[in-house]
Amino acid sequence: MNENIQKKKFLTVFKRPSSTEGVWSWITTVDHKRIGIMYGYAAFFFLLFGGLEALLLRIQLAKPDNDFLSAAEYNAMFTMHGTTMVFLVIMPISAAFFNYLLPLQIGARDVAFPRLNALSYWLWIFGGLFLYSTFIFGSAGAPQGGYLAEEIGWLGNAPNGGWFGYQPNAAFKYSPGTAMDYWALGLQILGISSLVSAFNFITTILNMRAKGMRLMRMPVFTWMTFAVAFLLAFSLPIIAIALFFVTFDRQFGTTFFLTEGGGDPVLWQHLFWLFGHPEVYILILPAFGIVSEILPTFSRKPLFGYAAIVFAGFGIAFIGFGVWAHHMFASAISPVAQAGFGISTMVIAVPTGVKIFNWLGTIWGGKISLKTPMLFALGFIAMFVIGGLSGVTHSVVPADTQQTDTYYIVAHFHYVLFGGAMFGIFAGLYYWFPKVWGKMYNETLGKLHFWLMMIGFNLTFGPMHWLGLKGQIRRTWVYAEETNLGFWNLVVTIGAFVIAISIIIFMINWIYSKRKGPDAPMDPWDARTIEWTIPSPTPVWNFSTPPEIESLDDFWHKKYDEDDEGRAVRKEAADQLLVDLEIDGLNPKEHIELPNPSYFPFILASGLPFLGYAIIYKSLALAGLGLLLLLIGGFGWALEPLEEEEIGESLDE
Amino acid sequence: MNDHGYPHEPTGVDTRKLGMWVFLSTEILFFGTLITTYLIFKGRSFDGIRLEEVYDIPFTSVSSFVLLMSSLTMVLAHNAIEKFDQERTNIWLLATALLGAVFLAGQIYEFTEFYHKGFTLTENIYGSTFYVLTGFHGAHVFIGVVLLIILWGVGQRQKGLSLDGGMNLEFIALYWHFVDIVWIVLFTVVYLI
Repeated sequence: MNENIQKKKFLTVFKRPSSTEGVWSWITTVDHKRIGIMYGYAAFFFLLFGGLEALLLRIQLAKPDNDFLSAAEYNAMFTMHGTTMVFLVIMPISAAFFNYLLPLQIGARDVAFPRLNALSYWLWIFGGLFLYSTFIFGSAGAPQGGYLAEEIGWLGNAPNGGWFGYQPNAAFKYSPGTAMDYWALGLQILGISSLVSAFNFITTILNMRAKGMRLMRMPVFTWMTFAVAFLLAFSLPIIAIALFFVTFDRQFGTTFFLTEGGGDPVLWQHLFWLFGHPEVYILILPAFGIVSEILPTFSRKPLFGYAAIVFAGFGIAFIGFGVWAHHMFASAISPVAQAGFGISTMVIAVPTGVKIFNWLGTIWGGKISLKTPMLFALGFIAMFVIGGLSGVTHSVVPADTQQTDTYYIVAHFHYVLFGGAMFGIFAGLYYWFPKVWGKMYNETLGKLHFWLMMIGFNLTFGPMHWLGLKGQIRRTWVYAEETNLGFWNLVVTIGAFVIAISIIIFMINWIYSKRKGPDAPMDPWDARTIEWTIPSPTPVWNFSTPPEIESLDDFWHKKYDEDDEGRAVRKEAADQLLVDLEIDGLNPKEHIELPNPSYFPFILASGLPFLGYAIIYKSLALAGLGLLLLLIGGFGWALEPLEEEEIGESLDE
Repeated sequence: MNDHGYPHEPTGVDTRKLGMWVFLSTEILFFGTLITTYLIFKGRSFDGIRLEEVYDIPFTSVSSFVLLMSSLTMVLAHNAIEKFDQERTNIWLLATALLGAVFLAGQIYEFTEFYHKGFTLTENIYGSTFYVLTGFHGAHVFIGVVLLIILWGVGQRQKGLSLDGGMNLEFIALYWHFVDIVWIVLFTVVYLI
């Protein structure tokens, strides 16, 4: 056997990476847990950027007729804020949860394709860096025939056409310079990353489940991951093609979205929102899943209506493909289409409402323990309901026509994406902190974080409702003194800084607790799902023996019985079970083979930004470099086995 | 692979094959978006040369036939490898790659002809959608040909191909058939309707 391992060294060009510590071990890792952690940290890094951009916007709007930012800089900041928060923060933080938890929740050793998983991560990182390199290399020039009041500073040299990139505003004629090319190509790379991870997660959930883990025994978070993966798989190709058209329009002189050449700007809106609305559910469903795990645990009751919540999730995902034109009621679409999309928008509130009532039913009569994750989960429900209700008002077409492009819309989508998705994500970060780091976070700081964020959030986005109804327009860098909007705008700005302070408290808690926090037990929350049956922090091999699942909430039923009145009674053997599980989990009975690290996902992914630069700067040299990296990565990958020992064995034959 | 008691594939479908199917299902959306855009713009009026003025249906029919025949040779290659007939597998793989290459050559010739007659990418919106749509398909065929040649190269080695491990013949065959089916749709939509 050893000789064979020696022999196979001749077959590979590079020596296989083997380090388990240091930078290289992270760059070459294919471990889903490490990839999840990297997703989380990198996304948090981008959250700080996106947050800074938001603060700059709010400083500019703190008083009427302010001149803190120029119009050009303001445009760049709100575009980058939106793009960052959607593609570089909420999606990847959700991906961090998927990566870390999915294999643990279904009892698998890793995802179906560990190296593809690493590829998703590196594509995402390189896509994000490519997008942000616009601040260094990009330029936003003056539109032809338009005016530009002032010089554009480096802050303005970023994409400035909005995160939705409406045409023809984002076309070359009105957005010259390279900034919007960075946007279109950057999103293209990020899209490939998410597509790859979608294949991976769908396959993992279908084919990597542990024995007895039938579909209807899967935790709700896993179900929501499944729904999100389908949404990604079927919506991203649409935006990929649309961005393709944009790049052709900008670089090669076609006129897909330009009326002067027979093209159609409204087609861009259709294609963008046909992706963009499922994207909304891509952002929120992971938070639904997280909250559905936390509420039963901290109410000490099973989830109320498990099947209903699962089917409602898929109902949302399915109907989510049929509501896109409610983003376009102010565009040239027919009254029939407006009526149809208005109705479908009302209909999608039904499965969402089902979930809300399921959650309320879960905490109803439960023994509620108000730990930080639970606080965030409850905050999530409250804030999401407010955002959901203002969302239903958009389905009334005449009202929506009034609200379009006002701060009312800004208030709505921040209530669902910040009050909803981000609150859910913070709930999850606290909930699984002990499992990931083996330490407990600081409860006092956690609660302080929650209350500050709750107050700051409502100060920031609550007043936007009436600011919008009074007529304050989105994406406009100033408002006049006479509008009397100054007071509430100042309140909003103060609220934004309160949120910033709460984020700093979160960071302090995280860094401090990770180093100095008390050691976490295996099952600190008396939880229900099987990721809590393994030691904290998770061993590199996940489960030392493959788990066998006998019911929904398997772990709970192994710890608790029911008495005659249906109340949970802890089994006598439960404490011993936990001790046994911990000992077993730390001491695998046999040597466990894990997928080996690999350089090639990193190399392959690093090729794409060069191809992007090559298209922008029409450089054959850069294109050659990009293709070379793709080829090296692809060939190396194809010739390298997933697990090193395998070659040794197959050479025996 | 040593799975330590891990169950394999609750769905009964090979994991990598399942991944391939999911990939192909998203490809449908890629082509679906392109075809929809093409159909939207086809009905509109515009200046300049139209595809109908430059195309040569008999020529494209022949190249379409060549591509369809490559699906047949792909099936024969798959058939051969199931019988562990390495020699025939290699022959049919090479034949498939060659037929694909002939199709690509036909497409390049066709594009050149169109350009000479003035039907260019930027002539009008019709030209833009035509080239992006058929070019996107052509890129898929090109990738398929590269994969087939790699597979053929591996088959030339002493050990030959096997049905398990790596991106094997079966997955590439799935991809190849998919690309062929897409061409049947494209040929109908673009040239015949």
